[in-house]
Amino acid sequence: MQYTIETFDLCKYYGKVKAVDRLNLRIKKGEIFGLLGPNGAGKTTAISMLCTILPPTSGTATVNGFDIVREPAEVRKSIGIVFQQPSVDDLLTGRENLLMHTLLFKMPREMRKKRIEEVLRLVDLEKRADDLVKTYSGGMRRRLELARGMMHHPAVLFLDEPTLGLDPQTREHMWKYILELARKEKMTILLTTHYMEEAELLCDRVGIIDSGRIIALDEPEKLKSRLGGDKVIIRTKNPNIAALRKIDCVKVIHRKGDLLQIVLESRECDLRKIILNAGKVKSIELKPTTLNDVFLHYTGRQIREDEAEGGFWQRIMGERKT
Amino acid sequence: MSEIEGIYAVWLREFKVYLREKERVISSLVSPILWLVAFGTGLGSVVTIEGVNYRTYIYPGILIMSVLFSSLFYGVYVIWDRKLDFLKEVLVAPLSRVSIFIGKVLGGCTTVMVQTTALLLIGYLINLYLPPDVFLKVFLLLFLLSIALVSLGLSIGANMKSPEGFMLVANFVIWPMFFFSGALFPLSNLPAWLSGVTSVNPVTYGVDLVRGAVIGIQHFPAFVDLGVILLFSLLAIAAGTWSFRRMHD
Repeated sequence: MQYTIETFDLCKYYGKVKAVDRLNLRIKKGEIFGLLGPNGAGKTTAISMLCTILPPTSGTATVNGFDIVREPAEVRKSIGIVFQQPSVDDLLTGRENLLMHTLLFKMPREMRKKRIEEVLRLVDLEKRADDLVKTYSGGMRRRLELARGMMHHPAVLFLDEPTLGLDPQTREHMWKYILELARKEKMTILLTTHYMEEAELLCDRVGIIDSGRIIALDEPEKLKSRLGGDKVIIRTKNPNIAALRKIDCVKVIHRKGDLLQIVLESRECDLRKIILNAGKVKSIELKPTTLNDVFLHYTGRQIREDEAEGGFWQRIMGERKT
Repeated sequence: MSEIEGIYAVWLREFKVYLREKERVISSLVSPILWLVAFGTGLGSVVTIEGVNYRTYIYPGILIMSVLFSSLFYGVYVIWDRKLDFLKEVLVAPLSRVSIFIGKVLGGCTTVMVQTTALLLIGYLINLYLPPDVFLKVFLLLFLLSIALVSLGLSIGANMKSPEGFMLVANFVIWPMFFFSGALFPLSNLPAWLSGVTSVNPVTYGVDLVRGAVIGIQHFPAFVDLGVILLFSLLAIAAGTWSFRRMHD
């Protein structure tokens, strides 16, 4: 089978630091694939190599059938990228940024205008297209980049932390746009993120990456079900443990004081049976398994969501070209 | 064909950004005017060189200075583009590095020549009347020089990571190039060491040629001046192309 992206022992070392260590990925056509991992895991390094802006230390990869080391020019024609840091020019208008892109990517003249209108509509920026980008909000800049990334109908779209530094509401909007364009344009998308929610919601398959290596790779649901099912935490005085154990979908029961933790076998379970045997219930909490639990399971650490790499952009903005 | 459109895109962006930064246009004119009006007029009231008023004498030198400074400092925008990640967008495009470099050089030269034209027009205000053919000749000479100096600036920019570092290096290049060029003094009767330094400085030949065109005082034969400038341009372009080719993010 032909994969849209296939990597062969792809490595990038900086001295002794293994930023990416023997990466082997196979991404199918039309798939949304996510690389999930903490900062510094090697996600951006991996994407940079696949985009041919960073030469690998060893190993190679094919993107849309072209070798990233031997055929970088062909690879570049096949890909669109939304970088982690905004890379639109803020002294140009939205439309000018897109026009520049059509020229840089050598799009045929007769397609340019139509395509610009098309992508502007897709990300809801038609009304602001002729304003300078410096007047845009963070979310609008990201949308403009998304529009630019898909401009030349690339076979593969790379999204490097597409919602980094956006507020939760804007982030949800962004997800909507990404899903919509994946549906409409039928592109293969490789995205990196350290937001669990984002990976779960957007990706068909997720590769969890840590210290440059893939430690688990599967559909989000399957990754989670490997750890067993969800947890029910009940605060109760007199549970009927024996009866609880007999319920089909109960896997393990931990009891500590009046706190009862029940790990469920599968994600489908009749909670009524549990409650009926739990005695005098004071409170009940259902804890679904998250990809964070998966990461924790494999590495013994948590992905720290708050540790974002933002801030640099904001610092620079104030100082630009004084 | 599409490479040319790519070059056009890079150029267009540079030019639009320049026009939208009014501060940049104005600030680039301030120091040449100060040199001319304050320094030139001040010293000119007591000094004449080879029968020419000092202010008039240094006018060609100040034109060159303006080209020298804005051309070399233009290289810093490569670093800003890198910092703002805009450079990535250009580097990842299926456009050859040589084309990107050419686009940048043309963009830089355009901005430099806008300023230079303004300075040439200011010359008319201080009684430096240039006939149209001389105006054109000077314009073309300065354009050629700006190609060389913008290429040099871009080569430095492509190899540096921080604007501060760039400024440091650029200052080390710019000031000696300016002071040892004969922009402010005649080349005849210099002590041997100074004469030696000025003769290895390519800017000297630019000053000499422009001064010859404007006030008719020329130290070297025209073909020597032109030859050195052309050679310098070729070397600077080669250095720039090489630097852009090996530039990684």
